[in-house]
Amino acid sequence: MWCVAVAAGSFRRYATYRVATAAGVFTNTVFGFIVAYTFVALWAERPHLGGYGQAQALTFVWTAQALLAAAALMGGGGLEELQERIRTGDVAVDLYRPADLQLWWLAADLGRAGMQLIGRGVVPMAVGALVFPLALPGDVLTWGWFLLSVLLGIVVSFGLRYLVALASFWLLDGSGLSMISGLACLFFSGMLLPLRVFPGGFGEVVQLLPWAAILQVPADVLIGVRTGGALLRGLVFQAAWGAALLALGRLVQSAATRRVVVHGG
Amino acid sequence: MADHDRWPAVREGWRTAAAQGLYAYGLIVRMWVRSTLAYRASFVMMAVGNFAACALDFVAILLMFSQIDALGGFTLPEVAFLYGTSGLSLGLADLLLGSMDRLGRRVRDGTLDVLLLRPAPVFAQVAADRFALRRLGRISQALLVLGWSVTRLDVDWTAGRLLLVVLMTVCGTAIFGAVFTTGAAFQFWAQDAAEVQNSFTYGGNALLQYPPTVFAKDLVRGVTFVVPLAFVNWLPALRLLGRPDPLGLPGWVDFLGPAVAALMCAGAALAWRYGLRGYRSTGS
Repeated sequence: MWCVAVAAGSFRRYATYRVATAAGVFTNTVFGFIVAYTFVALWAERPHLGGYGQAQALTFVWTAQALLAAAALMGGGGLEELQERIRTGDVAVDLYRPADLQLWWLAADLGRAGMQLIGRGVVPMAVGALVFPLALPGDVLTWGWFLLSVLLGIVVSFGLRYLVALASFWLLDGSGLSMISGLACLFFSGMLLPLRVFPGGFGEVVQLLPWAAILQVPADVLIGVRTGGALLRGLVFQAAWGAALLALGRLVQSAATRRVVVHGG
Repeated sequence: MADHDRWPAVREGWRTAAAQGLYAYGLIVRMWVRSTLAYRASFVMMAVGNFAACALDFVAILLMFSQIDALGGFTLPEVAFLYGTSGLSLGLADLLLGSMDRLGRRVRDGTLDVLLLRPAPVFAQVAADRFALRRLGRISQALLVLGWSVTRLDVDWTAGRLLLVVLMTVCGTAIFGAVFTTGAAFQFWAQDAAEVQNSFTYGGNALLQYPPTVFAKDLVRGVTFVVPLAFVNWLPALRLLGRPDPLGLPGWVDFLGPAVAALMCAGAALAWRYGLRGYRSTGS
């Protein structure tokens, strides 16, 4: 299948950026330490804040750092390349290929995410587990559910970023929208503060938005606050947002390709 | 504004080099500002975005304080003071020298060679390259938070204390500027590693926003003695707030900011020279 080849190519491509990966691991680890200490202070003031114990809150911190690159929590994640191809008109070549544009980029994004999950996720998580008492699951099954949840989260993240990239068909300069979308993801994913800690009704609303599917749900699965029915509901929530965003992306894509006009000879 | 007629009047030696550098820096900055303002809507959007990105950080702190009264023994206005002073210093350094993290890319694709051919100091050219006026967003956000905290803090604001705030901002900017420069010098060797310096600049800022009592002693020792970021705001701010310093250092250490900043700038200058001397361009 060509999808697998695209994903594998993308995986190998990101695997070649070794120095950048090492630099990213270093930065993720440093930020992990800083946030971890602030969370220790926060949970010392208010134990059981948001239903987490201190070890669970610390696990959230290191999960967030481990998923930062893979789930593109600050935006980007390679789709700015598609944005640039739309801006320059190179996308016309892509549209001529006997491969669907959305599937192509989804495969490429999954390949990138796979590489970054291994390359930039494992080491920060291991360092965090060595230095802080983390609430990591002991059974393989929970890790399996976690990886499935991460995969669904990456699909949701892709769905959002793909829509932003397609907006370039209308906007020409999509950098403003990319920035807004990156900020929204940073805040509403729970990267800055777990969504469970957000107060009152606001806290309940943010847990229904698509960004909650990217980090909050996978982290909750790993931490063990989502088991049984709650685990199933979380995965269905993620899958529903993923399917909805991919379908919307397909609609926008067909509208965009109908109006595409390639300048020049 | 300086013009070419004044050049012969400038003294020889390093002062000439410094003046030339400043002149070149000013020229390139003005060019980029003009180019930025040509797309005014885009500029406004990016500046607002820069402001919002920093503001979200503070919103996270506000959300924390909606659940607690004090973090590490510090109240919200006190944390806001730390946040504002650190953010202002980083914002100024980021505005003046932040584009230097693009150096690795220039080394990689060989476009640094172009800068070497121009009759202006390379440092000034690299520092002014793609000067990003949008970074005023971070500066204005930090100023707002700082202003709010100053009105809320239970501190008797004498002229001396206000002067200390100005002094710590200047020293903090110099310290962060030295970190940006050292990071850029490091990229001559480790081209792809631009992200490492983020740990010390943006990461340092994230650290200094919170009270030192929150962090492990060893971490506080590290940012006092190894990468002396603690002099950006922690030590002078603790004195202003009338708080003991967790390491129990003698009181005069709080005023070492200018000396530390000067030392770090000298070290950064040496690192930069060493890096530039060793540059071998790309290709065969």
